[in-house]
Amino acid sequence: MNLPVLKAADFASDQDVRWCPGCGDYSILAQMKKVLPELGVPREKTVFISGIGCSSRFPYYMNTYGMHSIHGRAPTFATGLKSTRPDLMVWVITGDGDALSIGGNHFIHCLRRNLDINIVLFNNRIYGLTKGQYSPTSSEGQVTKSTPMGSIDHPLHPLSVALAAEATFVARSIDAHVKHLGETLKRAAEHKGTSLVEVYQNCNVFNDGAMAYAQERKQRAENVVELEHGKPLIFGTNNDKAVRLVGNHLEVVNVADVPADDLLIHDEKEMNPSIQMMLARMRYPEMPEPIGVLRAVQGIATYNDQINDQVTAAKAKKGEGDLQALFNSGDTWEVA
Amino acid sequence: MQLLGTQLTNTSALAGNDVATFPDFPAEIRAPRGTRAGVSGFQVRFASEEIFTPGDHLDALVVMNPAAMVTNLGDLRKGGILIANEDGFNEKEFKLAKVESNPLDASVIEEVYRVIKVPMTALTREAVAAHGLSQKIADRCKNFFAMGLVYWLFGRSLEPTLRFIEDKFGKKPDIAAANISALRAGWAFGETTEAFGESYQVEAADLVKGTYRNMMGNQALAWGLVAASKLSDKDMFYGTYPITPASDILHEVTRFKNFGVRTFQAEDEIAAVCATIGAAFGGTMAVTASSGPGIALKAEAMGLGMMLELPMIVINVQRGGPSTGLPTKTEQSDLLQCMFGRNGESPLPILAPRSPGDCFDIAVEAWRLAVECMCPVLILSDGYIANGSEPWKIPDVSKLPKIVIKHPEGGESDAPFMPYARDENLARPWAIPGTQGLMHRLGGLEKEDGTGNVSYDPANHQHMTDTRAAKVSRIAERIPDQDVYGETSGDVLVISWGGTYGSCHTAVRNCRNAGHSVSHAHLRYINPLPKNLGELMRGFNKVIVPELNMGQLRMLLRAKYLVDCIGVNKVQGKPFAVSELFEAIESHVSTAKDGKSKADVRNKAG
Repeated sequence: MNLPVLKAADFASDQDVRWCPGCGDYSILAQMKKVLPELGVPREKTVFISGIGCSSRFPYYMNTYGMHSIHGRAPTFATGLKSTRPDLMVWVITGDGDALSIGGNHFIHCLRRNLDINIVLFNNRIYGLTKGQYSPTSSEGQVTKSTPMGSIDHPLHPLSVALAAEATFVARSIDAHVKHLGETLKRAAEHKGTSLVEVYQNCNVFNDGAMAYAQERKQRAENVVELEHGKPLIFGTNNDKAVRLVGNHLEVVNVADVPADDLLIHDEKEMNPSIQMMLARMRYPEMPEPIGVLRAVQGIATYNDQINDQVTAAKAKKGEGDLQALFNSGDTWEVA
Repeated sequence: MQLLGTQLTNTSALAGNDVATFPDFPAEIRAPRGTRAGVSGFQVRFASEEIFTPGDHLDALVVMNPAAMVTNLGDLRKGGILIANEDGFNEKEFKLAKVESNPLDASVIEEVYRVIKVPMTALTREAVAAHGLSQKIADRCKNFFAMGLVYWLFGRSLEPTLRFIEDKFGKKPDIAAANISALRAGWAFGETTEAFGESYQVEAADLVKGTYRNMMGNQALAWGLVAASKLSDKDMFYGTYPITPASDILHEVTRFKNFGVRTFQAEDEIAAVCATIGAAFGGTMAVTASSGPGIALKAEAMGLGMMLELPMIVINVQRGGPSTGLPTKTEQSDLLQCMFGRNGESPLPILAPRSPGDCFDIAVEAWRLAVECMCPVLILSDGYIANGSEPWKIPDVSKLPKIVIKHPEGGESDAPFMPYARDENLARPWAIPGTQGLMHRLGGLEKEDGTGNVSYDPANHQHMTDTRAAKVSRIAERIPDQDVYGETSGDVLVISWGGTYGSCHTAVRNCRNAGHSVSHAHLRYINPLPKNLGELMRGFNKVIVPELNMGQLRMLLRAKYLVDCIGVNKVQGKPFAVSELFEAIESHVSTAKDGKSKADVRNKAG
């Protein structure tokens, strides 16, 4: 079959993009448009569903099917859609407030059900669209419009939450690290089951530079470790540092100082999420923060497969439903 | 007790009687047995004529303990039969029921009622002794003993219940056998005891010709939904969260997976309605159901469904409110919530079934309207209809009208698609994902007419608001005119809606038999109202609106038609008694001479 070859531009809708100039969202949008043609899924089979917030304007800018829904609920719309239309590739676009605050409930339930969709969580650690209040991922002590004396909330960490919900695909990337972002989105799309990609995204208006340690190229090498399955966690400007497991915690070592066998080898396929949870808990500035795929396990049934399999099984067992037979079943009587 | 009530109902229906039921049980799963709060009752009425209510008063009352007696005796008519399990009346039970002494010993009891004391516990133990059950399990059989006795008294056949016992306890043959022994022992007791003196025969009722089955309201909704799905050639998605008294719809539809039904028990009410909208977006017949508190949670998403203009059904099986209220008791107090309980101008069509069997037709009609208008349609049922039952004439499926759905076809052309173009009903096209060339984005932001693009234009917002309202109000052009029982003008018009149909109809019939000029209009369509309703109301001296709320429909009628209405309102967790409605209506009937009402007493809320 001769399929039309799509380009990134084919996925752009006719709507003007209305994010602030310099927003990290632009980079994510660009990478998404670049990745989609590589997946070979027709545009009409692709659906973007979002909640509310800056990130959630995303579907309007894609020339696919889309739904800009209500605050925090995007995974639930996706659940109804994917359960009844498993033929569609469904993306959920959400933010830290949307997914983790008002939508925290749906976020964990979607992950534990392993619905075969891809969730991209734009994490800028601030409320942007409502103009600068602290979010569930804002740092402790952070001064915002609603926390003039500093936030007293302990932040929530989406990767930890996802691992606790036994998500089958958990990853992180960075808006400014475009190549890595594109590759991570592609891996997420290819995974069968719920894929969560947390993207560090800079809000240059209300929280500029909050994640500069990871976003700026020069700082990144020292503060971020790129995970690769089957490889040690080596990082540093000169690739001179690594992570090893000692007892029940992780520590940073100089590669030169320890035998290669001592280094932690990343295993994204390990079903037991304990070490993956330790990775998720590596936080700046004490530890390098991991990006890439923390967990990608296969073989766990998806919700959409199972809900449809039950219908198939019921039809095989009882035959296609017959209304008249149903109505006449059990005790009936005649009135002459 | 609920199980036995259902059995007596089915058995009576199978005997050809018309039946009406009123199950009444506590909200707690295992409310303390023996206490007044823990009493679980089941009222069933069977008749050789057509009936519309479970009746105001009881002819016979079976009580297993003092608590059941003191809480229900008030409903037993003078001279009625009181059957008491003597063994359930002891010091421990008096304490639990908070009575000073044995209520059976009160001299007035023997004078007013025909009291039959039966040592049911002892007789049941004897009857099941051969099965070697523990005493605790053996004692559970005593309800079947009581049932057997009632079956004898009213000449019911044991067969359907014997079949039921085999079905239900088939995997535990000793328990099945013990229950059967208890049932037969109860029957035998009735036949041999001289206490009753007589038994009763209730002949078959004269119903319309056809094949019948007994039907409960929630079951009828479930079956109606499945029928609508088949008639429209669509699979059904049912997204919901457990809540009394709506959960039984879920339990019923989830049995129908071989009909292409997918059920989703969501993490909460909001997820349930949102998943339903997601399924509707994908082109599936989508339904969610709840009760008042859950509908409150769904409100924002229902507003979105209305903005997206996607077809779906939202069922509200109303219960006593506000807040958690009276979960197992009936009420009609969510009408205004469903009319107006969303932000912004967001009218939605509302239908209300009038009886358990009518739930079937309403479900089919709701889906037909939802598709025709491309919007969510609300069904307002209630706990009384949901758990009540009546004979249901089985329809011929081949004669049920199809529901025709057309999704626009796409193509390779990249010409812009207009997702908010409109047809003669002002419905937009239901273009579904997967269709080439029709890609579009929906959302809760206001949309430009036609293109569906986000628009903040003032005139456009006005235009879209007007259009969405007109879409609903124009349904009035396509639905039947309001029909009337009685004359279309006269002295008093009674207007009712939903589950109060039976009581209102019977009360009006009784008023007419008493020679009063009273007519009855029962509403099936609440939004929009039938287009002849205002004119109809103006043809009467007085309009009376009985409701199990404090006057919600009355408020709507007054506001819309500027015709005054008199309310008859009650929120006691119970349906209307026919007698209380009869008295309320009769008090407003004009006398022939002076044209004034017999009593100019308005309801307090009036």
